[in-house]
Amino acid sequence: MYSEKVMDHFSNPKNVGEIADASGVGEVGNAKCGDIMKIYLKIEDNIIKDVKFKTFGCGAAIATSSIATEMIKGKSVEEALELTNKAVVDALDGLPPAKIHCSVLAEEAVKAAIEDYMKKQGKEVESTEFIGVEPNEEECCSKCERKCH
Amino acid sequence: MDSRKAVYMDHAATTYTKKEVLEEMLPFFTESFGNPSSIHKFGRDARKYVDTARERVAKALGANPEEIYFTAGGTEADNWAVKGAAYANRSKGNHIITTKIEHHALIHACEYLEKEGFQVTYLPVDEYGLVSIEDVKNAITDKTILISIMYANNEIGTIQPISEIGKLAREKGICFHTDAVQAVGSVKIDVKEQNIDMLSLSAHKFYGPKGIGALFVKKGVKLINFVHGGAQERGRRAGTENTPGIIGLGKAIELATDNLEEQSKRIMDLRDKLIKGVMDKIPYTRLNGHPVKRLPGNANFSFQYIEGEALLLNLDMKGIAGSSGSACTSGSLDPSHVLLAIGLPHEIAHGSLRLSLGTVNTEEDIDYVLEVLPEIVEKLRQMSPLYEKIKGGNTNV
Repeated sequence: MYSEKVMDHFSNPKNVGEIADASGVGEVGNAKCGDIMKIYLKIEDNIIKDVKFKTFGCGAAIATSSIATEMIKGKSVEEALELTNKAVVDALDGLPPAKIHCSVLAEEAVKAAIEDYMKKQGKEVESTEFIGVEPNEEECCSKCERKCH
Repeated sequence: MDSRKAVYMDHAATTYTKKEVLEEMLPFFTESFGNPSSIHKFGRDARKYVDTARERVAKALGANPEEIYFTAGGTEADNWAVKGAAYANRSKGNHIITTKIEHHALIHACEYLEKEGFQVTYLPVDEYGLVSIEDVKNAITDKTILISIMYANNEIGTIQPISEIGKLAREKGICFHTDAVQAVGSVKIDVKEQNIDMLSLSAHKFYGPKGIGALFVKKGVKLINFVHGGAQERGRRAGTENTPGIIGLGKAIELATDNLEEQSKRIMDLRDKLIKGVMDKIPYTRLNGHPVKRLPGNANFSFQYIEGEALLLNLDMKGIAGSSGSACTSGSLDPSHVLLAIGLPHEIAHGSLRLSLGTVNTEEDIDYVLEVLPEIVEKLRQMSPLYEKIKGGNTNV
């Protein structure tokens, strides 16, 4: 059901934890759906120096959190905002259709954390709109408020 | 997977086929392969053993052999019972009573019947998954033609007051069906004593082969035929008999019911040790289902702040096979209807784990699970943003 990459990130997730003096924190999802992702960023000179996550969710939710944090570590804020859910899925060698929404959460969690950082900095909030691929009906959670397809 | 350990605790999903069962089945593939409807020796031999299997099933249920009809499994038996009785009694009424926690085979059959103009009452259950006999009584109208309530629940293991429901149905003259797929081979059943009119069972839940089940239909119960064709099963269920399957079912039910009390006691003791150990060792845990009125092999927990699929994957990596009512394991993105019916909020239903024990399980298996499971739950909780919020001291579950 899951690729080796997913199982690898699920069994040995990278960057699990919290950052006490985080520059920005983003939390998305809800417990009713069964997925919550929380991402902590430490940003210095516009560069993501450190990133940690905490996730309540299935194997795919944990794996997407892990790989997304890996993908933005060391990147500039602008580069991190370009991370799409599709890139996360591709980096994991794919996800089952019912799990695509986990990749959406990963992109949204990164963006939410950056938005929080910008607000704290008093900076103009850049576009943190979701830019990935929206899940279709089959890939969508019936409990979420997110509009599908 | 950890090669040192393989602990199968998903017997409610399916069981292996016992060697003695398989050995009885094998000759019917290769030597005694005749069609039971044929008059030659090959056919007569097969017929003889199909008849023996029918007698064994009847004996296990306290029924007569001519009241046993073989089907392709529990799902077919449930569909036949509910749709067959509904259509056969359409002139008498259009109302069916069932529960919110039935297997999908039954719920989806009922939903189909609703589209066909039948009215279905889905009774609620209490926090333990029990149906109230008062609710059944109050739901009955002069249009009620069928009551279908499962013997024991496949997810949480709760055993319903079947004898009382049977008595009530008999007094009111309403046909009573029970889906006993999880109960047969685990609890003592007597269709006569318990006033059961129809009962579904499936061989692969009690160490028989997959693809074979049976429906008990009490003599005189009106039922529309479902599968049309030849005159097999006394003209009520067409199709050449699955001879090896039927013979396997017969042997399996005989083995399961012959030493039922002894076997159930052993498994129940293991279950209770498992439940006690889990509840003692893991905080923020809820036992789902009834503490006493539950299947001998069923243990079902909800672990707060974590999600079931992540739990199953971790257990699997340690060689432990279980199941979950979490949305992520159902493929439907909604958690189990049974867990929601007993009042669990979505987020707690997502964190459920069912461990169902069977003949292969030992004390060592329980010890191993009790060693591994708390570590996995803690690991996932350490990863969970929900857990971090409660660490301030709120320990209410």
